[in-house]
Amino acid sequence: MTTTLESPRRKASAFLYRKPRLRLGLLLSAPALWLGLAYLGALAALFVTAFWHTDVFTGQVVTEWSLDNFAMLFSDAVYRTITFRTVGIAALVTVITAVLAFPMAFYMAKFASPRARRLLVIAVMTPLWASYLVKAYAWRSMLSGNGVLHWLLNPFGLDTPGYGVLATVITLSYLWLPYMILPIYAGLERLPNSLVDASGDLGARPFRTFRSVVLPVTFPAVVAGSIFTFSLSLGDYIAVKIVGGTSQMLGNVVYDNIGAANNLPFAATVATVPVVIMLAYLAAVRRTGALDNL
Amino acid sequence: MRLSRTTKYLLLAALVLGLAVIYFPLLVVLLNSFNADTTFGWPPSSFTLEWWGRAAENEGALNALGTSVQAGLAATAIALVLGTMAAFALQKYRFFGRNQVSLLIILPIALPGIVTGIALNNAFRTILGIDLGLFTAIVAHATFCIVVVFNNVVARLRRMGGNLEEASMDLGADGLTTFRLVTFPMLRSALLAGGLLAFALSFDEIIVTTFTLGTGLETLPIWILNNLFRPNQAPIVNVVAAVLILASTIPVYLAQRLSGDTTSGGRL
Repeated sequence: MTTTLESPRRKASAFLYRKPRLRLGLLLSAPALWLGLAYLGALAALFVTAFWHTDVFTGQVVTEWSLDNFAMLFSDAVYRTITFRTVGIAALVTVITAVLAFPMAFYMAKFASPRARRLLVIAVMTPLWASYLVKAYAWRSMLSGNGVLHWLLNPFGLDTPGYGVLATVITLSYLWLPYMILPIYAGLERLPNSLVDASGDLGARPFRTFRSVVLPVTFPAVVAGSIFTFSLSLGDYIAVKIVGGTSQMLGNVVYDNIGAANNLPFAATVATVPVVIMLAYLAAVRRTGALDNL
Repeated sequence: MRLSRTTKYLLLAALVLGLAVIYFPLLVVLLNSFNADTTFGWPPSSFTLEWWGRAAENEGALNALGTSVQAGLAATAIALVLGTMAAFALQKYRFFGRNQVSLLIILPIALPGIVTGIALNNAFRTILGIDLGLFTAIVAHATFCIVVVFNNVVARLRRMGGNLEEASMDLGADGLTTFRLVTFPMLRSALLAGGLLAFALSFDEIIVTTFTLGTGLETLPIWILNNLFRPNQAPIVNVVAAVLILASTIPVYLAQRLSGDTTSGGRL
């Protein structure tokens, strides 16, 4: 017994056991280095780059500090329009997905049998993992001039909206809908039925119950869902490339400045816009407890 | 819960309609991969297996598939190690800055993909002076895959508590033996589920990949994007899209069977 107790491995184990801080440090070091240093470092470097500019002749990045990029971003009408369009699309997509997701999640959480509930969750989750690009592509063929929507709507005297901002909103709402359904479903599952019944017993009509009981309790879940729908829409540039026609979003400006225009500093400046908006949003919703619902 | 029958049926109708809208476009893509008409007018006039045969021999698509699998496997391996370590640290210890660390783990996917993409692109090229290649894409993928593994492992650790590990230590097992014989077996299915979802996330990612993969290399989503606007490639793009739809159901199905932990979150 004594030999095993004094083996080096045993000793190391006992030593570690007495030093929880050391154990924590060992566990945390690798992920903290990777995310803290590599990822946060990269983000910090990005913001620094946003204050630099490229040499007009050589295309090289010049490391001189200036606010020129920001001045251009805010003064140029084109960029202002694109910023407002992007935020508008992201907000609209968030509202649409929330409105569509709520009744779906409500039925799943409150009326479906436990077995059906499990199947429904899988049914909602599966397309979530079907390729993003495939889903955007699916809408390209749905919306095309000789596509399914044209075929469906034509008998009613309507037609496909074609490619443009409306098509982008439809496609993005479609893409992010499951991200909204799942957190709301989880939030509603935690809402006790008795609370809703009590509200009814006290004489509240269904809409009043919804407004005063259901919505306040599930609000953090809705906000949790909105973090994804809003953030993913803010940064998107591929859906708008595929179904957006000639309209552009902030992501396209970033992409074009990295590729064709080779102006990394300006791309970095434009990329700070969604980050600042997202960080402000995250800070604003922190108090709702939405971050614990992620 | 007592609600009027009408309300209940209205909600059911909303659910059925919503699911129909979710699945319908995917079914259209599946059907179109057999559509004999090259312009994919709707409804299809006749069906063919020709495109599937041609896609199976398409070198670009097959190479892209290979790159996707390599990147996915490597990123998943890194994410499994880092995500598990972070999960243990955050679930078993209370320390200063714990909330900040958990926010940091979410950040790579909470921020828009384009920001993650350009930040890493800038870091690799301008700061570290590394040429973009498969390696840089793997690093980028691992960064946002960590959270998937983390969430699965945290959920499992929360459920299993620490009693069995303490019992094992009381009975004289050292830390390593306890991990090998007690902790790991209980974590195994959560790790497998997290790994599968991380692989699926990596396989599907396009925005970050665009900015971190070297020129001349293509993952499957990038191959699709590059061929999307070429009319003569449309039939093969349809088949690849159909394959991706079918293949994506596998990891979700398996992850669901392996662990009930993964049901709550959205992208996580």
